[in-house]
Amino acid sequence: MTLTRRALLGGAAATAALGLTGCAGLTPGRRGGGSLDYWNLFGGGDGVRMTQMLDTFRAANRGVDLDAVTLAWGNPYYTKLSLATLGEKPPDVAVAHLTRMKTMVQAGLVEELLPEDLARHGLTADKFAPRPWQAGLVDGRTYAIPLDTHPFVMFYNTDICGKAGLLDPSGALAPLDTPEKFTDALRKAKDITKAYGGVVAVTNETATPWRIYQSLYSQLGGEMLADQGRKVVIDDDRAGRVLTFLQSLTRSGLAPPSIDYQGAIATFANGQAGFYFQGEWEISTFQTAKLPFSMTLFPNVFGGGRYAVQADSHTLLIPRQPDRDPERIDRALLFIRSMLDQSRTWAEGGHVPAWLPFRDSADYKAMTPQSNYATAADAAVYDPEGWYSGSGSNFEIVTGSIIASVMAGQQSPASAIAQIRDKLTNLATTAPPV
Amino acid sequence: MTAETAVRTGRSAREDIPPERGRGAGLPAAGFLTPFLLLYVLFIIGPALYGLLMSFFDTSAVKPGLSSFAGLGNYAEALQSADFWSSLWHTIWFTILTTPPLIIVAFGLALLADRVKHGRWFFRLAFFAPYILPSAVVALIWIWLYTPGLGLLETGLGKLGITAPAWLGDPDWAMPSLALTTLWWTLGFNFVLYLAGLQEINRDLYEAASMDGASPWQQIRSITIPMLGRTTTLVAVLQVIASLKVFDQMYLMTSGGPNFATRSILQYVYDEGFTNFRIGYASAVSMLFFLVVLGVSAVWFALIRRQEKEV
Repeated sequence: MTLTRRALLGGAAATAALGLTGCAGLTPGRRGGGSLDYWNLFGGGDGVRMTQMLDTFRAANRGVDLDAVTLAWGNPYYTKLSLATLGEKPPDVAVAHLTRMKTMVQAGLVEELLPEDLARHGLTADKFAPRPWQAGLVDGRTYAIPLDTHPFVMFYNTDICGKAGLLDPSGALAPLDTPEKFTDALRKAKDITKAYGGVVAVTNETATPWRIYQSLYSQLGGEMLADQGRKVVIDDDRAGRVLTFLQSLTRSGLAPPSIDYQGAIATFANGQAGFYFQGEWEISTFQTAKLPFSMTLFPNVFGGGRYAVQADSHTLLIPRQPDRDPERIDRALLFIRSMLDQSRTWAEGGHVPAWLPFRDSADYKAMTPQSNYATAADAAVYDPEGWYSGSGSNFEIVTGSIIASVMAGQQSPASAIAQIRDKLTNLATTAPPV
Repeated sequence: MTAETAVRTGRSAREDIPPERGRGAGLPAAGFLTPFLLLYVLFIIGPALYGLLMSFFDTSAVKPGLSSFAGLGNYAEALQSADFWSSLWHTIWFTILTTPPLIIVAFGLALLADRVKHGRWFFRLAFFAPYILPSAVVALIWIWLYTPGLGLLETGLGKLGITAPAWLGDPDWAMPSLALTTLWWTLGFNFVLYLAGLQEINRDLYEAASMDGASPWQQIRSITIPMLGRTTTLVAVLQVIASLKVFDQMYLMTSGGPNFATRSILQYVYDEGFTNFRIGYASAVSMLFFLVVLGVSAVWFALIRRQEKEV
């Protein structure tokens, strides 16, 4: 909304200015030397914390005129970012998910961050958690700076789990590292709540079913795509095991088969379920609700010795500039460094910081429940590479909707796998538009 | 809508304006029309032609220019795509589900509102009010009503001992649920058209009929319905076109799910064009859909022509 109005007014102002004065070279949204346009996709608690961080930046850099625009997450965001960059009116800095950033790099829409520029701001590889840093490289080059890792995690109600005898004397949850232990814990929680053991969003959801599936499937070592998305390599046996397991949870009544995102939150917040599975960002929701809860790693149900969990990272990147301007790039890096320096504020929202000076600090270790699942960042499994893949992409929509239909009990695992293979093959064999 | 305006102005120019004044109006009329025509060419005709052009290329949203020439490749791909046909069917299924109730219920309510002696304004407002709501608000209200486990509909039906379906979660129920939402939302427009039509019917006809001993039901069947023929044609065609253009409800309430059961053709265009960046292919699908709408509009023109000859 903000963009539309802004773009419209900016466009109108530019047209008027051109018409009246013939003033050439007027670019809307860029006012003088010290301006910095920043686009992000943070709503809710993240939005509040991001605003705090921006205010801190403003206070410390009075010479920089920061203009931040918040847009809705998902496809519309990436479409707008791509089109603005193509139209040579890009913001100076933009947030992008690590898994979506790569497609933009392939399309040539992102400025490469040169080592010498980064070094000037102290942004060197050794300061970042290795997993998000490595995963973000394209052909060994840096295009985006990871701010965090946001893994899929498990929330649990400490009251319910205590009554169900699932907590050890220190108050920690015993590991649920086999399908039996996992199911058993949900059953015990259900005996207490009289409603459900656990809850995960299914109805009108694509990303959440994909996240829980991908976490379990990667624990089995499964891969969905290969060869930059040109080949579909879904493994019938492993996918079948995961889908059968997920369906068994809803079929046995341990989890509701038909519940949407908000409904899942409400079910957990009302104490009608002992466990809730979602990305760590919902931490603020339950803190606000004053729920007795904690968070931990999503259980290693199938992995045995190997742990894996679905995750993504928020990165900050500089969209391609019509003519590369060292000063603008420098200003953008100053801003990025400021965001990293405020990792503490950002971590309150649940995200695992990528900035090691904070992540390795005692300050972060003392932050609970946030630091309980910090190791998830090292076991993060990002969405497979491919032009149609990534956070909120068609890949997630296709796989997520079909997985949801299995969890809702509308389709058998075998027919779901066939449908996933069919739809993904369609995408894989389409000539990439990038 | 535009065609309708054109027909109306065409007719009024023929019938209402005296010829001597009509002739002299050439230049001022052109002057008045220029701003509209300019915008029309700039924002409707221009983009449509550019869309047609793009449909023959592998145009990408993340690359400048038209990219490589694809010939009829995009059209061939669409016609062979199961996703294209299923989403086209979803749009048609939605049209089938919404059009008859939106005509019949609107007619019924208009008939009732027309008979009310006191406080007619209240009923007019009550039935019309939802129509002025933005689609996002309507979606929010109905998502809450349909919410599984907690929603008003499920709770209400549960009290009556009826097990509610998973409104938006069941592939078989999702489309009827969206149709119900749409009925509540857009009923007001047809209602107002019918109310206007009813008020144009000469009251003497009813008086004469009742003196001849016609029952109220006979009056409705033999006077009201035939006299509202033109209104019904208008309502039906506007409704079919509006239903074919459905996008908001699905996009906001089900994201085309569950498992693509409610993805409309326009959402398919959106998914391909904006999510997958395949603007060329999405343009080709839009053009194919344009042909469908064009076909429906042609039927409308044929119907109008016939009615005008009858009158």
